[in-house]
Amino acid sequence: MKRIGVFICHCGVNIKDTVDVEALSEFFMSRDDIVHAEDYMFLCSDPGQKIIKKAIAEHKLDGVVVASCSPTLHESTFQNAIEEAGLNKFQMEVANIREQCSWVHNDKPAGTRKASLIIGASIEKLKLNESLEPTSAPLTRRAMVIGGGIAGIQTALDIADAGYEVVMVEKKPSIGGHMIQLSETFPTLDCSQCILTPKMVQLAKHPNITLHVNSEVKDISGFVGNFKVTVERKAQYVDPDLCNICSDCSTVCPVLVPSEYDEGLGWRRAIYIPFPQAIPASFTLDIDNCLGLSPIACGKCAEKCEANAINYDASPTTFEVEVGAVVVATGYDLYPVENIAEYGYGKYPDVVTSLQFERILSATGPTGGVVRRPSDGAEPKEVVFIQCCGSRDPEHHLSYCSKICCMYSLKHAKLYKHKVHDGQPYIFYIDIRAGGKRYEEFVQQAISEENVLYTRGKVARIFNEGDKMVVFGMDTLTGKKVEIRADMVVLAMAVVPSYGSDELAKTLKAGTDKHGFFNEAHPKLRPVESLQAGLFLAGACQSPKDIPDAVSQASGTAAKVMVLLSSDRILHSPIIATVDDDLCSGCGICIGTCPYGAREMDLLTRVALVNDILCEGCGACIAACPSGAAQQHNLTDDQIANMIRVIALGDE
Amino acid sequence: MQLPYYPGCTLKNHAKHFEDSAIAAMERLDMPLVEMEDWVCCGTVFSMSSDDLMLQVASIRNLVRAEHQNLSELIVLCSMCYNTLRRASDFILSDPENLDKVRKFMYLEEKPFDGTVEILHLLSVLRDRIGWEELGRKVVRPLANLKVGGYYGCLLVRPEKYAIDDFEAPTIIEDLLGALGATASPYPYRLECCGAYQTVTNKDVTVQRTYELLNSARNAGCEAIVTSCPLCAFNLDQRQRETIEQFPDFDPMPVFYFTELMALAFGANWDPEWTKLHFVNPEPILRDKGLI
Amino acid sequence: MTVSITRKDIKNELVDKIELLSGQNVFECYQCGNCSSGCPMVDYMDYTPNQVMRLAQTGAIEELLAAGTMWVCAACLQCSSRCPKGIDVAGVMEALRTINLRNRVGVITPDDISTEDRRELPPIVLVSAFRKLSG
Repeated sequence: MKRIGVFICHCGVNIKDTVDVEALSEFFMSRDDIVHAEDYMFLCSDPGQKIIKKAIAEHKLDGVVVASCSPTLHESTFQNAIEEAGLNKFQMEVANIREQCSWVHNDKPAGTRKASLIIGASIEKLKLNESLEPTSAPLTRRAMVIGGGIAGIQTALDIADAGYEVVMVEKKPSIGGHMIQLSETFPTLDCSQCILTPKMVQLAKHPNITLHVNSEVKDISGFVGNFKVTVERKAQYVDPDLCNICSDCSTVCPVLVPSEYDEGLGWRRAIYIPFPQAIPASFTLDIDNCLGLSPIACGKCAEKCEANAINYDASPTTFEVEVGAVVVATGYDLYPVENIAEYGYGKYPDVVTSLQFERILSATGPTGGVVRRPSDGAEPKEVVFIQCCGSRDPEHHLSYCSKICCMYSLKHAKLYKHKVHDGQPYIFYIDIRAGGKRYEEFVQQAISEENVLYTRGKVARIFNEGDKMVVFGMDTLTGKKVEIRADMVVLAMAVVPSYGSDELAKTLKAGTDKHGFFNEAHPKLRPVESLQAGLFLAGACQSPKDIPDAVSQASGTAAKVMVLLSSDRILHSPIIATVDDDLCSGCGICIGTCPYGAREMDLLTRVALVNDILCEGCGACIAACPSGAAQQHNLTDDQIANMIRVIALGDE
Repeated sequence: MQLPYYPGCTLKNHAKHFEDSAIAAMERLDMPLVEMEDWVCCGTVFSMSSDDLMLQVASIRNLVRAEHQNLSELIVLCSMCYNTLRRASDFILSDPENLDKVRKFMYLEEKPFDGTVEILHLLSVLRDRIGWEELGRKVVRPLANLKVGGYYGCLLVRPEKYAIDDFEAPTIIEDLLGALGATASPYPYRLECCGAYQTVTNKDVTVQRTYELLNSARNAGCEAIVTSCPLCAFNLDQRQRETIEQFPDFDPMPVFYFTELMALAFGANWDPEWTKLHFVNPEPILRDKGLI
Repeated sequence: MTVSITRKDIKNELVDKIELLSGQNVFECYQCGNCSSGCPMVDYMDYTPNQVMRLAQTGAIEELLAAGTMWVCAACLQCSSRCPKGIDVAGVMEALRTINLRNRVGVITPDDISTEDRRELPPIVLVSAFRKLSG
C-alpha cells in the first residue's frame, strides 16, 4: 500500500474561513491509510513546498494529496516539488477545496465536511495512480502568421529573425493592413507609411519568410507542433515576378472601382496595384469587376502588357503548409456606419468615417493630403469630430470602448489644424481616454495650444441645411444645447473584428467573445495564447489596440512562438487513452467519437489504436467504449468509481 | 375585405376630414373601413408609470369590446391612439398580476380581456397588405408636381418597439406619397416633436417648433406636409396663426392628413367641408396642381 | 452652491420610488448627454435631462420635484429611443410627474383654459395635457 501524505492549505483566509483546516488534518492523520497529514498557511510558498518535501523524506511518502486551489493554478508547482523530493510527479493529486468548496459556501461545518469528501476522493484516486513519463513527438519548426497588418508583420519579422521559417497568409493583394492607410500616428505624429514600409520591405526580402497574398486559410488539422494548414490562393492573373509595375495595364482598363485603399473616396481600375508601396510589388486583376477574361470581352490589359505578365488562364490554387504554430493577426474593421442612421452617413457626402478622414489627410490620399471635403472639394473651415460612434452603446450598437478613437480623433483634429490654420476643429466626446505614454500631454497640448474645442456630450443628430451639416450636440458641462454648423463631420467609428474573422475562428476552432474578438487563454497571465495549444494571437483581432499595443503584443507573441519552436521535440501529457487489446472488439465506436482524430483501427488485429500525441485525454472514447477496453491513464474506471463512492457514501 | 377601425375622439370633430378622407380613400381601394361599436377615448397618452393601472383602463376597454365584437384586429388612423392602445395592451399583458386586476376591475364588460386584438396603423396596412406598387396602380389622379414632406413626429416611430418603420430612418410616408405620384422630400425635422400637449401650457414653445419644423420642410423644397396625428396637425396647422404673428418672415404652409391626399389620388373629390377644418387653406395649391 | 452628499442620500426612498414607478435604474446613466442633445424642449428646461439623471443619482429628487423640467417634457421619447444604455429617460420624467400629480401638484387646472381655447383646442390636446400636467 502507498504511504500517503495529506497537506491542507489555508490559502490565507480563503480556505480557512470556511473549512476547519486544523480539524481536517487531525482527522486525516487519524486514518489508518494516511501516514502523515498537516496544514499550512500557504503551501504554494517556498516554505510550504519545503514542508511537503521534508515530509516526503521524513515519512518515506510515495504519494501526496495537496488540498488547495484549482489544479489549473498550482498543480505544476506541487508536481515540481515532489519531483525534487524524488517522486514521480503523477504521484501527487490536487484536491480543489477552494474554487469548488470554500469560495462557494459560507457554512463552515458543511464546508469542512465537503472538503473532507473532496480530499477523501483524491486519496482514492492517488492510491491507484501509476508513475508516468511524458510522451514526445517531433515538431515542425515553422510558424504561420495569418494577416499582414502591423501586428502580423512584427510577429513574422521577430520569429524569422530568430531563425525560424514563417509563412504569412494575407487575404488582400498587399500586406500593410490598416496602418498603411493612416496619415500620421499618435502621439508623435510621425508618418505612418514612413515607419511601416521599411518593415514591409524587410518582410518581403526576408529569407525565412514566405508570403502568400490573396490567400485565405481554409482548413487546419493536426495539433500543436504539427499542424497541416490548407491555404487557398486566389488567382491574381498577373505574375508578380514578371510585372514591372509600369501601370500600362491600368491605364487602358475601362473599369472604375471605388478604391478600398482610399475607403471609397477615390477610384482604382479593375487591374490595379492597391498603393505604390504595395508588397508584393505587382498589379493584380480584380476578377469581380473585370469585364471578362477574354479578348472578346475586353482584353485590353493583356494586349498592352509588354512584360507578358498577364495570364487570363490563371486559376486559384490550394496548397498545404506544415507548421508548428499558428498566429492569428487578422486585425479590425470599422463598425458599419450605415447602422447609425441619425448621423446621416451615405445621405450627406460630407459626413465621413475616421478611416476616410485618414485618407483625406494622407499625402497619398485622393486629395494629395490637402484637406478637401467630398461633396464640392471645398476646404472645410468648421469640422466636427464625433467620438463613440457605435462604441459604448449596449442598447443599439456595441457595449465596449473601442479604445483608440479618443487618440485618433484628437490626432485628426490636430492634423486638420496644421493644414487649415484658420479652421476650427470640434470634438464631441463622452470621456477622454488617454492612458498611454505621452498621450495625456498630447491631449493637453491640443486643447491649450491648438484650440481644439472639446465638448462633453454625445451628438443626437445631424441635419443638412444647404451645404452645412447642422450638428445637434450637448455641452453637459454647461448644461446647454450646442448647435454647430459644420462643413464636414468625421465619425469615430467603433472597432470590430475584421470581417471574415468569424469564419476563420470556426476553421481554427478558436474561441471568440460575443463580439467576435479572439479569446486569449487568460486575460492577464496568458494574453497572447489562445486556449488551443499552438494557436497564438497578435493585435486587434483580440481586442481594439493602437499601434504601440499591437506591436508590443506582436513581439510577445513571437517570443511565445519561439519558445515552442526552440525544441525539436514537443512533450505531451501521458494522461491519455490506452486500450486493452484483449477486451477491444474492434467495433470502432471510439474512432467516430474522438474529436482529435487520435483513434484509428489496426486493420490486421482489429484493435483500435491511440495516437499518443493527438490524444488530448478528453475521455470521450472511454465513455463510449462498450467493452471497457479503453481506459485513461490515472483516470481508470476503478479510480473514478472509488472517487464516486467516497463522495456519495462518505469516507467512513 | 373590410377593415375594422378605431377612430378616436378627435376624428369625430376637429379632424373629421381625417376620418372622412380615410373612409373615402379606403372605399376606393375596396377595403372599406368599418367603425367598431361602443368605442371610448383611448386615453390619448400612454401612462409610463408602472402602477398606473387605472390610466390603462380606457385603452383596454376598447380592446375588450373589439374582442367581444369578434374583431381580430383594429386599424387605427391617429398616431397617438395607435401608440396608446398598443402599449397599454402590451403593458397589461406583460404582467399576470396586472392582467388579473384589470379583468376584475372590468367585470361589467361582456368578456374578460385576453389581448387577442392586433392593433395596426393604417399606414402599415397599406404597405404590408397592398404594397406601394399595387397602390400606385390604383391611382387615378396622380399627385404630379406636388412636392410634399412626410411628418412622422414621435409616436409612429417611438418607442422603437412600436415603430411602424425604422425608428431613425423611416420611409413609409415618403413611400406612400411616392406611390400616389407626389414628390416626397425627406427633410431634417420630420422626426422631431411638435411640442405636443405643451401647446396648452407653453404655447410659444410650440409656435417656435412649428416655425422651425415647417421651415425645415420648406428649405427641403416641400410645398406642404402630411401627418397622421391630430395633435401634430393642430400644432403645425392651427398654430400657424400665432407663427405668422410672431415671425414676420414665416411663409404659411398647408398641412394635410395623408388620407386627404390618398382620397384625391384614388379619385374621390375634395370636400369643401375639409377645407374649413384647415387653418392654412390647402385649396390654392391643390388647384394649382390640377387636383381639384 | 455647495451640496452636501451623505450615504443616506444615495438611493434614498424617493429614488427608490422613481425607480419603481419608471422601472429604470438611474445608476445606469453614464452622462453621455445624448438625451439632452436630442431633446426638443431642453432650451426651456431648468435642468437638462442628463442633469435630471445625475441629480437622481445623487438623491436630489426633492430638488427635481420642485423644478420645472418634468412639466416641460413633451414625452416625445427621443431621449429614451437614443439612450445608449437603454434607459427610458422619458419614463423617469413621467415618474417625477406622477409623484407630483399624486400630491395634487400640477401646472394646469380646467379653470386655466379660456373659453376660446376650450372651443378651439381639440379633445386630443385637452385630454393629453390634463393627463400629463394636471394634479
